[in-house]
Amino acid sequence: MDTSIRVEQRDTVAVISLNRPDKLNAFTPEMQRALQDVLTGIERNEEIRAVVLTGEGRAFCAGQDLESIQHHPDLNYGEVLKQGYNPLILKLTRLDKPVIAAINGVAAGAGVSLALACDFRIASERASLIQSFVNIGLIPDSGSTWLLPRIIGLTKAIEVMFLGEKISAVDAAQMGLIHRTCPPEQLLSEALALAERLGKLPTKAIGMTKRAIYQGLGNTLEQSLAYEAQLQALAGRTDDHQEGLRAFFEKRTPEYQGR
Amino acid sequence: MGNSYKYISVDVDGFVALVELRRHQAHNALNLELMEELVAELERLDVDDDVRCTVLTGSMRAFAAGADISEMVDATAVEMKLRNQFRCWDRIRWLRKPLIAAVNGYALGGGCELAMACDIIVAGENAKFGQPEVNLGVMPGAGGTQRLVRAVGKARAMEILLLGEPITAEEALQFGLINRVVPSELCVQEALGIAQVISSKAPLAVQLIKESVGKAYDSTLQDGMEYERNCFYLLCGSQDKTEGMRAFMEKRQPFFQGR
Repeated sequence: MDTSIRVEQRDTVAVISLNRPDKLNAFTPEMQRALQDVLTGIERNEEIRAVVLTGEGRAFCAGQDLESIQHHPDLNYGEVLKQGYNPLILKLTRLDKPVIAAINGVAAGAGVSLALACDFRIASERASLIQSFVNIGLIPDSGSTWLLPRIIGLTKAIEVMFLGEKISAVDAAQMGLIHRTCPPEQLLSEALALAERLGKLPTKAIGMTKRAIYQGLGNTLEQSLAYEAQLQALAGRTDDHQEGLRAFFEKRTPEYQGR
Repeated sequence: MGNSYKYISVDVDGFVALVELRRHQAHNALNLELMEELVAELERLDVDDDVRCTVLTGSMRAFAAGADISEMVDATAVEMKLRNQFRCWDRIRWLRKPLIAAVNGYALGGGCELAMACDIIVAGENAKFGQPEVNLGVMPGAGGTQRLVRAVGKARAMEILLLGEPITAEEALQFGLINRVVPSELCVQEALGIAQVISSKAPLAVQLIKESVGKAYDSTLQDGMEYERNCFYLLCGSQDKTEGMRAFMEKRQPFFQGR
């Protein structure tokens, strides 16, 4: 039984932990598959309405396990990405539920990409992020070249990816790379509090908002207007919209069921 | 109504028929019996004066995942020839009224060929199109090599057919294989909307347009032009032409009766 990913359901929130603390939660193919499976399960589980992704031990995720490739000089990195990382990044960005990265320690290489593919990023004050690819003669992958300029702008993204310097959580928050920092001992409770809040929102509408945002990044205004109209037609038919309307007229707080 | 079928269901609303493949546990694999039922029903609808356009759909998971492999795994060439596996497929192209495919999920092999036998294809975002026969040591037998190359050109057709890998709805749209991509939940509704618009047009004109476009595949430009012109003259003898042109002059909506 593979133990590299742990998942725990707390009410409407799923907490996923990368669980190879002695290897700084570096990715292996088994771990990627396990994470894929966990996300597929969450996708299909209507009870789960928000997700927290964090790391066990002192790291969030050190990216690719370099030890596992050191002895395979013929390894085709392109295939590693196509088979392992790319589907994972797509899965996260297409998951129709909000995902929070609780960055508990260092995030390096594809570990940063993983966090970038989440919807929220909260980091421990002790955490740091490093786009370390250039330091071993590689290019940022797993979506980094696409996501990072969109998140922090081209100027900063080029600096971060060319220079490969370690960025403290505080600096990361300042440049908009993460949403905010918090004291280490409060990280999980802060992430859970946010997840619980997100888990009470109209989940279908949130999921469709996420779809429209990602789709929109590659769209013209005309296409996005058309797509919004299609999704709004669906949102308008949800129970949660009816509840939202009722609550508005009854001047009370709506109680959304995620349907 | 013809609702006593084993593998399909039919629902007529106004001038529009919705035919649904219902062999869901087998991902709508197209066995001989299903195809017989489907084509018999399509032919029945084709001569029903109260129906002007038909939408064909599958389930959310699969439009049709291909032919039924279990029917062919042990068959010899002679048995296949005698069985004349594709006999009812040929009858689809003689249908006079427009057929719209609403594709969610897999449209692979025979499923892709069935979609291509339709006049318009609407796909949900999760749809996948492909001709994976080459992976099983065979090749398409119901138009896959012929219709695909006409739809997307030689270069793309070769790639799809020789690699046997499915393409996404978005790619299929770019390639010109399909007409529209919409959120999956809206796919059937979108197709029905198109069918409604078509069924508000003059039925004879719609049929002769379909026939003439079909001619463009099978004849020289000169013959096709000749054919088109004669169809045009033929329509000038219809009551709907008189009504259509008069309504245009009188700035009112035409009332077409298919005569």
